[in-house]
Amino acid sequence: MTRWGMAIDLDRCTGCEACVVACAAENNIQTVGEEQAREGRAMHWLRIERYYEGEFPNVRTRFMPVLCQQCGAAPCEPVCPVYATYRNPEGLNAMVYSRCIGTRFCANNCPYTVRVFNWFDAEFPAPLDSQLNPDVSVRPGGVMEKCTFCVQRIQAGKDEAAQEEREVADGEIKTACQQSCPTKAIAFGDLEDPDSEVSRWAESPRAFSLLGDLDTRPGVVYLSGTEWREPAE
Amino acid sequence: MTDRPQASARALDGELLGRLDRRRSGLLVGSLASGVLVLVFFYCWGYQIANGIGVTGINRPVFWGFYIINFVFWIGISHAGTLISAILRVTKAEWRRPVTRSAEAITLFALAIGGLFPLIHLGRVAIFYYMIPYPNSRMLWPNFRSPLVWDIAAITTYIIGSALYLFLPLIPDAAVMRDRAAAGLKKRFYAVLALGWRGTAQQWHSLEWGIRILAVAIIPVAVSVHTIVSWDFAMTQTPGWKSTIFGPYFVVGAIFSGIAVLMIAMALLRRGLALDRFLTDRVFNNLGLLFVTMSLVWGYFTFAEHLTVWYSGDLFEKNVHHVLLHGDFAVPFWTMVVVNLVIPVAVLSFPRGRRPLPTALVGCGVLVGMWLERFLIVVPALSTPRLAYSIGDYLPSWVELGIMIGAIGVFACLYFTFTQLLPIVSVWEMREGWRHAAGGGESGQPSGAAPASPAAASPVAGGGAA
Repeated sequence: MTRWGMAIDLDRCTGCEACVVACAAENNIQTVGEEQAREGRAMHWLRIERYYEGEFPNVRTRFMPVLCQQCGAAPCEPVCPVYATYRNPEGLNAMVYSRCIGTRFCANNCPYTVRVFNWFDAEFPAPLDSQLNPDVSVRPGGVMEKCTFCVQRIQAGKDEAAQEEREVADGEIKTACQQSCPTKAIAFGDLEDPDSEVSRWAESPRAFSLLGDLDTRPGVVYLSGTEWREPAE
Repeated sequence: MTDRPQASARALDGELLGRLDRRRSGLLVGSLASGVLVLVFFYCWGYQIANGIGVTGINRPVFWGFYIINFVFWIGISHAGTLISAILRVTKAEWRRPVTRSAEAITLFALAIGGLFPLIHLGRVAIFYYMIPYPNSRMLWPNFRSPLVWDIAAITTYIIGSALYLFLPLIPDAAVMRDRAAAGLKKRFYAVLALGWRGTAQQWHSLEWGIRILAVAIIPVAVSVHTIVSWDFAMTQTPGWKSTIFGPYFVVGAIFSGIAVLMIAMALLRRGLALDRFLTDRVFNNLGLLFVTMSLVWGYFTFAEHLTVWYSGDLFEKNVHHVLLHGDFAVPFWTMVVVNLVIPVAVLSFPRGRRPLPTALVGCGVLVGMWLERFLIVVPALSTPRLAYSIGDYLPSWVELGIMIGAIGVFACLYFTFTQLLPIVSVWEMREGWRHAAGGGESGQPSGAAPASPAAASPVAGGGAA
């Protein structure tokens, strides 16, 4: 059985945000504009959190890409009254947009605050409409969404392998963020396969889970060479 | 049977209904004024449906805002009636008689409004019924693990129970109204409500038992409703919400705000209908003592909640705790402590403070305080998420404010309309109390709706048919 997972090497991340842009383009994420973004309504499924250490001028910035952790024990799932979010057999926290009624309970219960909500109907004025990804549905207003691990790419990769009557090879399926990362800080693959790149990364002594003591069993593993400290308030 | 109690009963009948009649024009003005707010309510809701939930001020990370605060607030208000009136009925408190009807009406209307707020809050209200377990061709069921589904079950049960609990004791009064009304639409309206009430011994017997059973059954329902509302918060992982004390804390808070509404309603009733004879100073004194007790219990729960959080030293819990006690939310927090604890204790500890006017004023303060309490539960916890990068802010939009104020108008409109159509003081229960006070077992039978209840203290069983 497959358990899709991701490993992110924070020591390699430069905070360039190419992954954020790639994700938005791949997944038809609506652009809300300056005013809405200021109100905390930016829709990015993936964000680069910046934390500063030290006192000016001796400041060091740490970058941390945060996306849906695809938890093995996801707090978002049991609270949804309509099963709009559920755990699929391959370890993804799947979203059923057509089922979502917009209680936003899942988002409140997400310890990582990675869920985003369509406050209004999405608008893609020309020529933006011609760059929409045909493999991804455009979500209506009033619906919750979040990172899917590029489930459309996973599906395409599986279909292709099935047609050629073989298993999906490690590294064959790439998420948009992984593909666009200039420093190759992201690995994606099957965590159940001990030889996959993501499994090898996850075995690293530098590996940790974000907010690991909540025991949400995330499918995303972070790697950091130096001890991770809470940002100073 | 002697003539005297019968005459008295008749006199009381006319006296009460006459007083209600005289207030009719004032009530009409009240209905119309609140009707304007009803329009505001529906305009804002319509505007939100047409334009999207984004017209509110909620955002990431504060995904819940005024709608959920008002939901909890109104459900709390609903505990004014059914729970308190049920406890008073079960304990056979005589002074309940002039209070129960108005309290039960508060419950039903507050619940109706409270129950609307989660729907107003939905991103896609048109498909709210996905939450209801109805048989469908795709065999899809709601997620019974979700506290929101428990909420629907609890609130639906409570609304049905409260409606029955309001309606049952209303039947004999509807019969009185039917008998007094001239033939026409009005008579037909009351005739439908009276369900063919003739005041036979059998009917009184059934009614008495129905009310008894409901009064006992509604108490656990009322407790469960606010417990489940608290679980919308307490079942989550969110710092500031996950707390085992929330169930009883919410129930206590609901009863506390319920008594506050009741104190205001009773002071108004006493003044408006000149009911000094029934709503005596002793009644206010007793209810004032209960009120200050609830204030102290509420204060104790609040203290216990915050002490354990502070002592735990949990980083994320402490962040929420900090914004609450010293940070952005310190002003509403300490205002809440003053109006919910300091003022009630300072005023109600003294007999002079337990009179109608001071208790009603304290009640107004407590309503503000309990609204603030819900605000302080919902917003600070959400605006202070674990990952500091997402720390947020929340200000309601005009749509949310319009719906909040409009909801008060909807409540007032429903209440005024109810008062215009039906006696807000239970006439037959007052007559029954009158008889008890007269110390006799005689039953006055001025109309088809005689108060000859066999199960009451009256030794005369039945009293005969009209």
